[in-house]
Order: sequence, then structure tokens, then C-alpha cells
Amino acid sequence: MKDIISFILDGQKVTAPADENLWQVAKRNGRQLPNLCYTEANGYASSGSCRVCVVEIDGERSLAASCCRYPTDGMVVNTQSERALTSQKMVMELLSTDVNPKVAAGSQFELLAKSMAIRPSRFPKSSAPISDPSHPAITVQLDACIDCTLCVRACRDVQVNDVIGLAYRGNQQKIGFDFDDLMAESTCVACGECVQACPTNALSNVVKKPSNVDKNVQSICPYCGVGCQLNLAIKDNKIVNVNGADGPSNEGRLCVKGRYGFDYINSSQRLTEPLIRKPGVPKGINIDPANPYSHFRSASWQEALDQAAIGFSQSKQQYGDQSLAGFGSAKCSNEEAYLFQKLVRTGFGNNNVDHCTRLCHASSVAALMEGIGSGAVTAPFTAVKDCDLMIVIGANPNENHPVAASFFKQATQRGAELIVMDPRAQALKPYASHMLQFNPGSDVALLNAMMHVIVEEKLYNQAYIERHTTGFEQLSAHLVNYPPEAMQAQCGIDANTIKTVARKYATANAAIIFWGMGIAQHAHGTDNARCLISLALLCGHIGRPGTGLHPLRGQNNVQGASDAALIPMFYPDYKKTSDPAARAFFESLWKSDLSSEPGLTVVEILTAIHNDSIHSMYILGENPAMSDPNVTHAREALAKLDHLVVQDIFLTETAMFADVILPAAAWYEKTGTVTNTNRQVQMGRQAVDSPGQARADWWITLQLAKRLNLPWDYSGPEDIYAEMQRAMPSLANINWQRLATEHSVTYPCSASDQPGQSIVFGDEFPTADGRALFVPAGIVPPKDALDDEYSFILLTGRQLEHWHTGSMTRRSEVLNSLEPNAFVQMNADDCIRLNIKAGDNVRVSSRRGGIQINVRIDNAVQSGVVFIPFAYVEAAANILTSEELDPFGKIPEFKYSAVKIEPTQ
Amino acid sequence: MSSVGTQNIRPGNTKKRRKKPYPKGRQLDLTAQSEIKVLLANRPRDKDLLIEYLHLIQDQWSSISAARLHALANELKLPQAAVYEAATFYHHFDVVKENQSPPPKLTIRVCESLSCQLSGANEVLDQLQRLTPETIRVVAAPCMGLCDKAPAAAVGKNHIGLVSAELLLKLADEKQTKAIMPNYLSYQQYLLNGGYQSLNALNNNQLSGDDAIQCIADSGLKGLGGAGFATATKLTIVRNQPAPRYLCVNADEGEPGTFKDRHLLSSQPQQFLEGMLIAAHLIEAESIYIYLRDEYAAIYLVLQREIQHLTELGVVKDGFIHLRRGAGAYICGEESAMIESIEGKRGLPRQRPPYVAQQGLFQRPTLVQNVETLYWLAPILNRGAHWFKSQGKRGAAGLRSFSLSGRVKKPGVIVAPAGSTVTELIDLAGGMLEGHNFKAYLPGGASGGILPASLADLALDFGSLNDYGCFVGSHAIIVLSDQDNIKRVSQNLIHFFNQESCGQCTPCRVGCEKADLLLAQPQWDKPLLKELCSTMADASICGLGQAAPNPILSTLKYFPEEV
Repeated sequence: MKDIISFILDGQKVTAPADENLWQVAKRNGRQLPNLCYTEANGYASSGSCRVCVVEIDGERSLAASCCRYPTDGMVVNTQSERALTSQKMVMELLSTDVNPKVAAGSQFELLAKSMAIRPSRFPKSSAPISDPSHPAITVQLDACIDCTLCVRACRDVQVNDVIGLAYRGNQQKIGFDFDDLMAESTCVACGECVQACPTNALSNVVKKPSNVDKNVQSICPYCGVGCQLNLAIKDNKIVNVNGADGPSNEGRLCVKGRYGFDYINSSQRLTEPLIRKPGVPKGINIDPANPYSHFRSASWQEALDQAAIGFSQSKQQYGDQSLAGFGSAKCSNEEAYLFQKLVRTGFGNNNVDHCTRLCHASSVAALMEGIGSGAVTAPFTAVKDCDLMIVIGANPNENHPVAASFFKQATQRGAELIVMDPRAQALKPYASHMLQFNPGSDVALLNAMMHVIVEEKLYNQAYIERHTTGFEQLSAHLVNYPPEAMQAQCGIDANTIKTVARKYATANAAIIFWGMGIAQHAHGTDNARCLISLALLCGHIGRPGTGLHPLRGQNNVQGASDAALIPMFYPDYKKTSDPAARAFFESLWKSDLSSEPGLTVVEILTAIHNDSIHSMYILGENPAMSDPNVTHAREALAKLDHLVVQDIFLTETAMFADVILPAAAWYEKTGTVTNTNRQVQMGRQAVDSPGQARADWWITLQLAKRLNLPWDYSGPEDIYAEMQRAMPSLANINWQRLATEHSVTYPCSASDQPGQSIVFGDEFPTADGRALFVPAGIVPPKDALDDEYSFILLTGRQLEHWHTGSMTRRSEVLNSLEPNAFVQMNADDCIRLNIKAGDNVRVSSRRGGIQINVRIDNAVQSGVVFIPFAYVEAAANILTSEELDPFGKIPEFKYSAVKIEPTQ
Repeated sequence: MSSVGTQNIRPGNTKKRRKKPYPKGRQLDLTAQSEIKVLLANRPRDKDLLIEYLHLIQDQWSSISAARLHALANELKLPQAAVYEAATFYHHFDVVKENQSPPPKLTIRVCESLSCQLSGANEVLDQLQRLTPETIRVVAAPCMGLCDKAPAAAVGKNHIGLVSAELLLKLADEKQTKAIMPNYLSYQQYLLNGGYQSLNALNNNQLSGDDAIQCIADSGLKGLGGAGFATATKLTIVRNQPAPRYLCVNADEGEPGTFKDRHLLSSQPQQFLEGMLIAAHLIEAESIYIYLRDEYAAIYLVLQREIQHLTELGVVKDGFIHLRRGAGAYICGEESAMIESIEGKRGLPRQRPPYVAQQGLFQRPTLVQNVETLYWLAPILNRGAHWFKSQGKRGAAGLRSFSLSGRVKKPGVIVAPAGSTVTELIDLAGGMLEGHNFKAYLPGGASGGILPASLADLALDFGSLNDYGCFVGSHAIIVLSDQDNIKRVSQNLIHFFNQESCGQCTPCRVGCEKADLLLAQPQWDKPLLKELCSTMADASICGLGQAAPNPILSTLKYFPEEV
């Protein structure tokens, strides 16, 4: 119960909760007080420093800032007294003296000055600090800065990027980046929160937002699994500005990609008409993406769709149902994922449908399904608000889930402990109480050692284990062989640290585990995830506020695409294709016979092409020519296909191998739902029209289905979603209309008027006996072993500015200029040893191939380890990686390849 | 396989751009990193020690290079922005960025505050700037608490009074740049004089905390930092807050014209320390933080030695008393700004409520007391409330240490009854200087306003000058004569506030700056100044901005013909 305070506001008796500030109380009572340094936006504490909202309180000598004063019983507040109004106006006059009106034009400051009828300042002007145009996304013009510190709070309290400070003192005071450095030379990550917060345009986007936009559309970010909600400002069918909307997973925040990475849709390289391959041109990475006409000719939709469908039919006739396969995309909507897998299952007549989850969290999902009966997270990442300890392992959320990372860092600010375990040091390190930079591939050794300590010291949660789990005896017997003392050499983490961290996790009141690709992308990825599940089960850190298991999902809709069954072994909602009852259900729903033969996964499909069992493919939005391991082998497979239909928004590296290219609409150009890492189903809305003849993916898939004689009849996404609700119990009580109104609803959801259940499995697990299963994991050595020649361990991954294979982000002006070139991250000691200087070009080669690439010296990687992002076609990291798979999740070992480094000229 | 170059297959804008051979931002300099590790040795890597460690770097290298500052940030796990904003807030730190050259190793600071300016500080500065070699930096500095020996200056850490340019250059030449330990009453002598009776009585339960606080209440002792809040009331409030509770001693005496705390600390440090321990006992403090202004380098040595002594004797536990250095920021005399500074941050006053008694240091209940307030505790408990209370005059209670400077014969600290008048104090200071006729006085340093000689018989006590738009504050009396120009006096004071405003709130940050410009005009724009002053007084966050207009308002009220 909140205290209700009764007091006098401008002569009226009012009541307010004790934690509502006077500014808010006044607003609620119809009195809008001026504000500059105060914002009601989520996460911004009042600073009370601009003093434009001062009010008079009876009995107090000086005026009080209404934004940081709270009512007390009997308080008499006058917001309109002459004293208060005089000071409010004088503050505005003082501030306006040195604000450049040109810069502040259209700003909140200008509007406020007008509404308060502030006359031209009578005070002598002072010279303004110089502006800083160094950054490609954000302009700094301090001649409009009023030192309100909103940008400082944006950077430090909200996003916790800790770049902006308030340097110097008094009237010399100014905001600065790091050591008052040029913005472009600072550690700024360009999240743009400061721009969103700035009331004067002192910080503004380089691309200015026009004063009169045509409309604003609320949608979802197309990049990572956080699923930030966006406010898109539209002018002349172009997105002109992106701000964070107050979604449940982002609370108004965005990262550089979400805020500045939208302009790829305007790229001149967009595909705007269907294309058909010219006869006889060789297939390869050999086309300028700006000019597909060297290898393709334009075609009508009719012709292209016909040719695409005929190719599929011919393959079926010639080689049978199993000769076709499809890769769907986690970048499309739930409806589109659902349609795609339905097309493969009912049109192709097989289960050879997969998508990038296979390269991502397939191992995590395999372990989760096996251990707790569900592949999704047990708690949203925002549950860190209630935790007292977080483990982030094998994940670099600052780069790959930046908004989620901001919640983690905020949790540390309020006192929660953060333990980071990763072979690479990372931006979370300064916030962590322990940074365990363990040896690549030693995950199981480390985690088993931690569990050994917990069992040995009886720190486990006996009651929880008895009530909710099976297999504890087997696990504890297995763990006997993993004492920290025996594991420390292999992990590179001393036994005492392992013990300390194990004890902290076990004895925390509420602890939560986050993991990413560092866990999943191993030949022992499923084992890694099994260990994390066992760790949480041992300590009972599941199902309560602040606890859980959370694999940070990569793509904006990888959760939804997986739920919708872009996976060979499952029908929608993870019903096994091997289960006759499930097959019967979907045969009846889809009015079609379904194949009982198990489907192939991503890498298996490419191998099957080499083995002449797959001849024809439909690839929607995936880019295996960049994303797959041993990509030379993958590209050869693509080149070998009789018939390849690629549906995409650009001429991706994969599209270079296509026979037919179908131009698709980009995310902002269509409407549909997506499901984020938190199990929040969210509504994406069309903001602009597609260029040329590009069409929404669902429409294209539908046209192909018709040509494959499937009796489909959908008028649009809403229709498709309605069928999905019939197919998927997980979507119960979350209908289209509800999503349109509420923007976001978490599944599972018990009733149409209830919020979804964000934290699950407190009572029981969705397994046959309601219990979770401990699955012991042993140590599997890396497949691509080091030797004298190949003595460096290569890790691959993403980076903040570039999304996966770079097809979108490299076509975004801001992102491309922030990170234009490929690089290999190397430790300074290794560089000295090899006589390599920062920026030098080196040849990195593995047993599969080699690339030339520039060196970035960064001691975030340990000596003996190198890291290469896989976004760059000119130095494609996956030329180096191996297609060895995890036996359960069928995920490749992107996080361990043996390479050698040689200086070039 | 490929028939086109990589530039052509690469998507997006293929314009050549600069290589990025390192990750974003400044790279850690390995040499600086090892230097800082050596410098900090086994000292704790606690974030609140930032300012202490900035001092270590500044002391060692006479400036703080960006590389070392970055290394320090890394060592304390602080963002670069956090260390930079703190380092550049304080005037005693010289941050030198990569493209800048460091200042000369030695700095001579010449006090430009009012008392020193009256005594020719500007001439000293002018001469120095002409005569000084490039190996020495000369800067003007705010009050050093040596107003009784004006003009004052500091050669390195050697703070001295009655200076001339020649003397300063000679000291620099002779490398007399270290603080000089003053002669003071030792612990043994203090014990012989009856010292530590009261603390022992409390420790032995011969005197209860309740009785002690009652005695302090009866004595009428008030906070002598300038606010005049009843000491016993404050003790009681903090005592009743949940533990852990802290005691912070405000030894950041910076109000121009004030030097009483310097005097007390450099003559009777043990009497102060006993008072401090009494207060800590009464609130059962978790630990004590003494925030000493950096200008009092000599007192730092005194306190360090005496605290060490008390620790060795077992009077206090090791680590119970933290001695922290200010770094050249007047605003840190404001109690919440001081707390921020102790926490290793910029000295920005906090909004109230909550009051520091409820949420102070590290967000815990905190008792903040001025040096002199604590100094009186032991004698009050030893000699009784009545002894102290009865010494006041004209309705005021107790004794006060007045800092007298300006145009009097014998400037210095005068311990006199509360409620004394300036006439009485001038008499005690030996009368006016030869050739000077009493014209006006500042009753409370730079903040307390200016009163004309016609109001020389007002009782000087907390609240007694409210009707005249003035206050006594820290009881710093600067006496002006017919040779002094009130306009110049006002300008000097506003210039000081403009230099020392923390910059947090608009009325003070912009107000002081604009007032400084307006006062330089040949003819003051009186209506505009009055409007500005009223907003500064009404809408500033803390006492600095609220009091900054006092000199202007006093001038307009009492000396309108001079502006």
C-alpha cells in the first residue's frame, strides 16, 4: 500500500501517492509546469538542476524544484505565485541567453520558451564551445547545450554506457565524451539515447528529422532477439527518425542498429524486380551487388514465380519428395515462418526445413527440451530487476543484445552481482565482480567443477531437487571426477575462483543465468547447455522472480520462427514429426499428407547436396553462402544445385547462386508478429511501402504455394495468424486484435484479459512427470585440434555495428561508416611475437582455407586466441570454420577452429 | 571462382574509409598502467578513493596525464567519463591530454580574495607574472585562510602570508615548496591540561550519552560552520537513525575571510580530535571522515601525525578515522557537496530532502560537523553548559572564534562572546589601521553581505542580521575603510562565486556568470541585477547560489551612490 498524501496545490486540496513528485501531481491536476532537465521517460531520475519548474512551498525560504519534491501531509504548494513564475521565467531567460536559436529550432526548449513568452535575453552573451561534427550519426552542438544533464543520465543511468560526463566546473562546465574527446574517437557506442533525451538539439542526429512528419508508426526492431519497440517517423514514404518506444523489453531504449541502422531499406542495392539467371553464367561470389544484371535478367512476377515453381516440381518428379529443401528466416514474421514450413511440409512433401537457429541456439534448445521440456527462456531478461546475482556466460550482450545488457548493468548499479564467464573480456567486465576468462572450449570442465563444489559442499537446494528433478544421484556421481583442482589447468581459471563463484551462485537468493553463442556454438554445445541447466536445477534458481535460464536469442524472430516450426524435427509448438498423433493433427489441420521421414538440418542439407540427394532449394532470407561453416564447401553446394530460388531484399552472397530471385519487402514494409527472446509476441506494423515490385514474403510464399497446387487462401497476416492460433496452444488468449491494441503479450497466457506469464515452471515442468532431468555431461575435446602449424584458436561472432552476414548493416550508411572493414582481433603479445603492428594485413588460414584481413589489436582476446566477425564477404570468417557438428543440436563449432596467422607484405 | 575484386562484391557503400586498428576509444597505455599499479600498491581499489588517488598522481608527477588517468579509471573499474569529470572539477588537479603539454612542475598560487586584494595581491600577481621564469606557473587562487597575513600565497604546498613577489621567487628558488609543520599543543600537553576527560567519561559510562547531549543542548552550542543549527538537535537526529551512521568533519574552511578552523587545528588539534571522538561516540559512528581543504597542507601533516598517535595509543582503532583531502573547490564546504566529494565524485550539492542526517555518506545517516563546533565539545562537557552559555552577549550564547581581517591593526582569530559587535571586535583587533577610517564591514565572509559603518553596533549572531539582508555565517569579519571601493569589493566577491559555482543549477551557474559581466559595466543595470538576484536567492539549489547575490544586494541597498 502506498501512502496517500493530502495537501494544497494552488489553493485546491489534492491527494497524491507519496512517491509522486509535485510536477507529476500538478500535471495530473491539469497544471503543466515547465520542464527541461526533467523527463517522465522510464529510467530517468529527477536532477532538479535546471530550476525551470520551481514552485513555492509555504514556510520554506527558497523555492523548490517540483520535479524532485514529494508531497507531505498539509504541504501548501503554489506553482503560480509571483515568486515562482518570476524565477521560472528568469531561468528560461538566463538559459536562452547563450542558446543558439538556429540549433534549438524545433526543440522542446524552443517550444517551452515560446509557450512561456520569454522575451529576448537582456543579459550579455558569452562565447559558446565549439561543436563536434566527428561522428557519422550524432552531431554535437554545445552552443545549444543548457547543461540539463539528461544526456549524462541517458548515457550513465539508462543505457549505462558511461561515456558522457560533465567535465569542468561552473560556467566552464560542459558535457564531454570520455576525456572530453571527440565523439567519434571516444568509446561512444552511438545508442543515441542522448539524442532522444536532449531537449535543445545540442545533441542531434546527423540526419535531421523534418519538423512535419507524415505519420508515426510503432513497430519492432528488425535486428536482435531483444525485440525493442520503435517509434518510426515517416515522411514521403521514408523513415526519417527512429526513437525507442516504451516496450516491455526495451523501456524506450535502443542500440545503434535499432536507431540508426534502418536506412538499408533505402539502399540503391535493393532488389526491386524479380530476376532470372542468364543462361550459362557461372555461379559464384562473382557479382557486384549493385549490378545484378551482369548475371540476371529482369522478369515479371508471373514468369519468375512460374519458373520457381516449375523447378521445384521438376525436382520432385525427377528425384522424389526428399530432393527439395527450404531455409526459412528468423528475420521474417511468425506468419511468414509458419507459411514457409507449411509450404515445405505440404508442398515439397518433406521435413527438410530449417533456419539459422541451427547455427545459433539449436544446441541450447536441444538441451532445454531434454532437460526441462521447453526450449524457450524460463524468465525474461528484465527479471534481473529482482535478482541478486547474474551469470553471463558465452555471451557478449553489450554488442549483441545491447539493450538487454543495459538492464544487466543497471542491476549491478543497484547492487546485484554480475559474474561474466567468457574466453573474451568484454564491455561488461568493469561491471562484473568476477570475470572468468576461461580457455575456449573448456565450458564443461568449468561448469562441472562449479557443480562439483556445490555438491561437495552440500550447497544445493535439497528440497527443490527432491520435489522438481530426477537424476540427481547420477549427476552427483558423475561430478565426483571434476574437482576444481583437477579442472583448473584445463579451464585456465584457478580452483579458488571456481569455488568462490560456485558458492556465490549457490547461496544467492535469486540468481539467473544468461548464455549465448559461446555456449551453443560448439561440437559440445548441447553438453554446455546441459551443464547450465543442471547448475540452475541444483540450486533451485528457476521459476522464481529473479531466477531462470535465459539463452539470449539472436534474431528478432528466432523464437517465433522456431515456435512456428522452421525446424525439421518439429511441427509448430515443438510437436515431434516422429509422433504419429502430432502428424495426424497437422494432417487434419493442413488437409494434407505429411512425410514421416525425419528432415535434415542446415549443414546436413548442404552436405546432402554434395551427396546428390538434394537438388533444389527455396531459400528465404537466409545467407548460407556467408553464415555456414566451411563456407567454401557450402558455396560449392549452392553452386551445385539444379534449382535455387532465393527470396531476399538484396542480392546476397547466396542470391549470387540463385536461378530465380524473388524481391522481398523489408521488415518495415510489412505487418506481422514477431516473438522475442522474452517470449513476448509483438506486433510489427508496416511503416513504408516497398520499392518497385518487391512484395511481402508471405505473399510470395503464397503465390508459390498456389503454383504447387496447394489450396491456400489467406488474405493476409491476420488470417495466417488465426490459423497459427489453432495450430499452436502457446498462442492461446493472444489474438491478433489484442496484439494490435497492446503491442506485446507474453506467452503462455492464461486468459485474454491477463498478462502473459513471464516467469515459468515455478510449480512444474512441461515434461511427462512434471520434473526436470539432470543430464550429466562429459568433456569432449575440440574437433579441430591445435597443432604446431595451426596454433591459434579462432572464435567467430558478431559485432555491435554489424548484423550477422552484414547484408543489412553493411548497407546502412551509419553502421558501415562506423565499421567499414573486416578485422581480426588479436592480443598485443601475440602481435609482438609475430612482429605484427596494429592495422597490418595478415593471412589467417585454417585446414579449410584462408583469408587476408587487417589486424585490430585488442587485449579483450587472450594470447593464443583470435576473433573474426563473420559479416565481411571480402574476408569471410566462415572460410576458416569447420562443419563439425554437435551430435544433438547439429550446430557447428564456430567457437573453436585451429588457425595460423602469417604477416603478409 | 571469383572474377570480380572484393571491393566489388562487398555490399553497401564501398568508399575507402580509415582503418580501425584498435577498438573504440582511448587505448590503455601499458607503461601508465604499471606506473599506477606501483603507485597504488596495495591500497584498496575502492571507487570513493578516486580523489585521494588523483592527489597521489598529481603529487608524484605535478599533473595528471590522460594515460595515467585512464589507467587509474581502469584500476578502479570506473568509466573514463567519471574520472575525467571528477578530476577536472577540482582546481588542484591538472589534467593533461595527449595533445597538451604539462604545466611547469612548480605552481605559485596567489590569493586573490578580498582581504588579500585589499593588501596588494594584484600587485604581487602582476609582478610575479612579469618576473617568473617559465619553469614556474603563477595562478590566482581563492582564499587560503591566511587573511590575517594578507597578502598570502602558496609556493607548491608551502602556504605563507605577508608575501611579496621577491619572497615567493626566493622560496621557489630555494625549493621551499613543502608544507611546514606548525607548533601546536601536543597530546601530552593536552592531557596535562585535562584533555580527554570527557571522552574517557563517556567511554567508561561515567557520563551517559543522553546526559552529554543534554549538556550540549543546554550550552546553546550551534553549528559554527556557518549555518548555526543547534548541535545537540543534530546529534539527536542522527543518533536516532538506523546504523551504520557516519561522522563527517567539515574542515573545508573556504569562506573568504575565514581562518578560525586553520587556527584551531594548527594550535590545538587534540582538543578538536577529542570533540570529534565525542561526537562519534554519541552517534555510535561506524567511522569518521575528516574532509580537510587541500590548502591546509600543514594541518594535514598535523592531523596525520596526531591520528597516528591516537591509533598507536589505542584511543581509536586503525582505520576508524579517514583523513581526506579536498582538491580546491569552495563548494565542498557545503555539506552534501562535501559528501559527494568524499565519495570520489564532483562536489555537487544534493537536493534536499532527504537531509544528510537521513541519507548522507554512502546513503547512510551522517552527522556533519564543523571543526570549531567539535572543538568546543570537550570544554563544554568538562566545564558545564552554563560556563559556555553564559559567555554570550546581547541574548546570544557561548563563545565564537571570529576571523578578523581587512583594515585593522592586528588581524587574527579573536575568541569573543557570541553577540559581540564589530566595534568591539575592531577594538580587540587593536583598532583601525593608521590612516584608515571605518567605512563598512563584511559580517560573514563573501556570502554574508556588506554592512555600512552606521550599523556597527549590531549584535553578531546567527539570525541577528536577517533584517539587514546579511548573516554572520562563519563569523568572518572583513573590515573596510574609506580607501576601499565598494563596487570593486562587490566585483571581487561575485568573481569569486563565479569561479566557485559548481555549475549544477541554472540560477547560480549562469546567474554568477552574468552577474560577473554585469558588475563590470561602468554603470550597473540595477533593475536587471535586482531581478537576477531575486531568482538566484530564490531558486538556487544550495547556499552558494542563494547567498551569492548578497554583496550586490547590500551594495544596492547601502552604497547605491557607488555604482
